[in-house]
Amino acid sequence: MATLCAERAGLRVDPEKEYLIENRLGPVARREGFGSIADLLQAVRDRGDERLAWAVVEAMSPSETGFFRDPQSVERGIAEAFTDLARRGDGETLRIWVAACGGGQEIYSVAMLLDEQAPPGVTIDLCASDLSDRRLEKARCGVYSQFEVQRGLPARRLVRHFEKRDDSFMVAQRLRQMVRWRRVNLLEDLSPLGRFDLVFCRNVLGGMLDTSRARALDNLKKVLTPDGCLVLGLGDAAGDLVTIPGQLGIYRAQPVRRAA
Amino acid sequence: MKTCLVVDDSRVIRKVARRILEDLGFEVAEAADGADALAWCATAMPEVILLDWNMPGMTGLEVLRRLRQEPGGDAPRVVFCTVENELDRIREALEFGADEYIMKPFDGDIVAGKLALAGAL
Repeated sequence: MATLCAERAGLRVDPEKEYLIENRLGPVARREGFGSIADLLQAVRDRGDERLAWAVVEAMSPSETGFFRDPQSVERGIAEAFTDLARRGDGETLRIWVAACGGGQEIYSVAMLLDEQAPPGVTIDLCASDLSDRRLEKARCGVYSQFEVQRGLPARRLVRHFEKRDDSFMVAQRLRQMVRWRRVNLLEDLSPLGRFDLVFCRNVLGGMLDTSRARALDNLKKVLTPDGCLVLGLGDAAGDLVTIPGQLGIYRAQPVRRAA
Repeated sequence: MKTCLVVDDSRVIRKVARRILEDLGFEVAEAADGADALAWCATAMPEVILLDWNMPGMTGLEVLRRLRQEPGGDAPRVVFCTVENELDRIREALEFGADEYIMKPFDGDIVAGKLALAGAL
């Protein structure tokens, strides 16, 4: 299982962490009708079932997320992108990508800030991706439990950007319509996605093997525009990316030459 | 040490909230209804108030309205903590001057997160 996760998604899985494996693969085993995790893994080995193999990899990939996690990083990343956009001139489109969007809380946090702060006339192309089709589907629906909307989301933003649906809360349609969704593996060629002014990839690289992390980081660098920014988790290693003074967790592929 | 006044007619909720708030470093006072809460505030205005909505006598909303009219009553950070979970209710509480809003049931992480958002930590 560890080899499978490493080969498919570069994930670092510690077989010693039995509780983590139980937590993540237990639901997959039950959903797929297996009596135990051992039976599930045996079937993955014996059947060569791609769908089942990916279900295991997806379940083992990091999924922890929340609204407005490290809100300063998100706000500063967006502020940098707006500054760059203003420097380039009017009429430009701002392309933003949230890689590994999990259940959608981060992409909607970004969408809320853009909805509140984007200067008039700016066109925004907002993309979200994840390795897991199941998580993408949850994110696309934009429906969250009462418990989920009380994690990091200010009440003022809850009433402004959500609608009540029975006992759940649904992200307003205008925000859901802002986002394009796509399944993406960060280890694969990302060039079909195009270039982005701002990429969020937070708390994902830390769960990868060293070689895979370097490859994913290199892939992410290649999709940045010349003055594009990459926002990583505060604990994520950034390789040879250029730090922005005073902007913890925000990096550029190369230094920006600002006009004197 | 900051003081948090827990206003709730349920003794169980007050007890749970007290434990969470003390772990967060607050000195905790309790009131079982709105009149008791306002009397407490008139004597010693707390820095933070965790306020239930539905209580015998005065509603939490009425407590908040009266509190904000008192001298120094605009100072406490007020966080509603209630079973009311309709967006119109939350909007109403914010318009009356609440700083944040917790929908029951809650846990320590939710309380800590909401107090942080309210600027009370």
